[in-house]
Amino acid sequence: MMTMNRILAGAAVALGLATGAFADGHEKTKVGFVYVGPVGDGGWTYEHDQGRLAVEEHFGDAVETVYVESVPEGPDAERVMTQMALGGADLIFTTSFGYMDQTINVAGKFPDVKFEHATGFKQADNVSVYSARFYEGRAVQGHIAGQMTESNIIGYIASFPIPEVIRGINSAYLHAKEVNPDVEFKIVWAYTWFDPAKEAEAATVLIEQGADVILQHTDSTAPQAAAQAAGNVVTFGQASDMAEFAPFPRVSSIIDNWAPYYIARTQAVIDGTWESTSTWDGIAPGMVGIGEITDAVPAEVKASAEAMVESMRSGEYHPFTGPINKQDGSVWLSDGEVADDGTLAGMNFYVEGLTGDIPQ
Amino acid sequence: MDFSAINPILLLASLMVAATPILLAAVGELVVERAGVLNLGVEGMMITGAVCGFIVAVGTNSPWLGFIGAAVGGALLSLLFGFLTQFLLSNQVATGLALTLFGLGLSALMGQGYIGIKAPSFPDWNIPLLGDIPVIGPIVFQHDPMVYVGLLIVAGTWAFLKYARAGLILRAVGENHEAAHALGYHVVRVRMLAIMFGGACAGLGGAYLSLVRVPQWTEGMTAGAGWIALAIVVFASWRPWRLLLGAYLFGGVTVLQLNLQAAGFAIPVEYLSMSPYLATIAVLVIMRTGRAPGSLGQSFHASR
Repeated sequence: MMTMNRILAGAAVALGLATGAFADGHEKTKVGFVYVGPVGDGGWTYEHDQGRLAVEEHFGDAVETVYVESVPEGPDAERVMTQMALGGADLIFTTSFGYMDQTINVAGKFPDVKFEHATGFKQADNVSVYSARFYEGRAVQGHIAGQMTESNIIGYIASFPIPEVIRGINSAYLHAKEVNPDVEFKIVWAYTWFDPAKEAEAATVLIEQGADVILQHTDSTAPQAAAQAAGNVVTFGQASDMAEFAPFPRVSSIIDNWAPYYIARTQAVIDGTWESTSTWDGIAPGMVGIGEITDAVPAEVKASAEAMVESMRSGEYHPFTGPINKQDGSVWLSDGEVADDGTLAGMNFYVEGLTGDIPQ
Repeated sequence: MDFSAINPILLLASLMVAATPILLAAVGELVVERAGVLNLGVEGMMITGAVCGFIVAVGTNSPWLGFIGAAVGGALLSLLFGFLTQFLLSNQVATGLALTLFGLGLSALMGQGYIGIKAPSFPDWNIPLLGDIPVIGPIVFQHDPMVYVGLLIVAGTWAFLKYARAGLILRAVGENHEAAHALGYHVVRVRMLAIMFGGACAGLGGAYLSLVRVPQWTEGMTAGAGWIALAIVVFASWRPWRLLLGAYLFGGVTVLQLNLQAAGFAIPVEYLSMSPYLATIAVLVIMRTGRAPGSLGQSFHASR
């Protein structure tokens, strides 16, 4: 459902950007951000915008930032990026997986503009990719969820069948299974990053079908509210802390912290040292944060979860450490083997024990 | 695959709830279009209603006042559209689209400071006696009051358009505004009232999302519901009961497909995801008999 309003909203803002930017010349370094949702979503886009604000704060007058929110993942994104580049942007962050091909296309037309694409895997001379190892956070969620569930049914609101989301499901499942062999995952694909009503519906459906833990890979806080209304359902903050739902139903969260990366990359453009890179940081460098585990979680579970966070921070533990089989029973990782980044980046299979098929 | 996981009673019950926001917005737009005005600003009026309702409900701690505030907010925004199209004779399509953009921006501005706040709860009614009937009770008679308000508005709209003299005048204005004018009816006044009714209903639909369905304020939270409402009006051939059918079908298949997914039903998810749209369009197109009001989308000025 690519809605007309979003397309038009993108168009209107992009036009505004273009005209405004020509007027003030090109002394400042100009950094553009393309967002998939509104900055007030309380999740994914909100945290990217916090990163943008951190850039403004850090550089003051030396840097000017612009952003366009609620840009659909499709041809329209290409136009928004083109407008930004024409408007004098030196560095453009495109913050959703679905902007991948559009970013590459526009980057080809503007070789002097640097692009940074979040969560994708296509690089070019002037396109870097960056992402966070959210699956480390998912491991912690699975670890807690597996022990918090009483019905042994965990509901998972997935967005799109892309490696990023599949990784999260696998990681959460492996670690829930580890602490609770009877656990079962019910997965609903919402096919949206942001649609509060649909997310709320998905959460309600999962709860009605017996789930007492809801994990979400969509951006709004609607599933949290649905869980709260149900009363005895556990949730985790997604992308942002969502602390307004703590201490219950939200018992912990994955927090994306883009600010240090955005500041470093902007600095590189100012210094002229920017190079095309591929960055994939996790808990250790601070790109993935684990929100406070509340007292609704039993003390020993909380302690073991925190120990897990520490072991990932020190690099001692990798969430995808063998033995792990694929869904069809074939061996993926033998005992003690650690998944390589290439396989993780393109992950398109479920691990053993998950039911259902990944939409193709 | 586990069909026993799907509770048909809960499924049918959530159908009515899922359909209500679209139903409210669509029935308002139906009246507007029957009066010969095409207001594409439903999405903008819905989201404005959502935020107005939320602000009032949080401020007064009363969801009922919130819904009234939402209706007023939606109607006020629609007045802007009415003024531009009926008095300044601006193009209705362009003005409607602009209204959506304006509404989205305005609501985001108004909603600053309301993100993450909880709405006062709006408890379900358990209607005595009726609510206790097995099976039918939980499906039909144990909802929040707005579900029934939505049904009442549909029934009222149907009766008004079919039986009331004022309804006849409204339809005359929509079918042929010059003839209606020649008969001495005040075309612009009728249309302004219809536009305000449409705005108020869209506002209620938006507030149903922010106060009951989700329930919280998030920017852009209508996420296209207004466009669905617009489409349902057309596919329902501008008739209230078909509109109800369309909205319930859409809401029902939406909930059903999520249920089937959660139960691990072996249909590819892509087909399930598109099913609400396909089912609604297919059924309403097959049933389709009506035609658009004759003066739909045309500007009227008494001097021409």
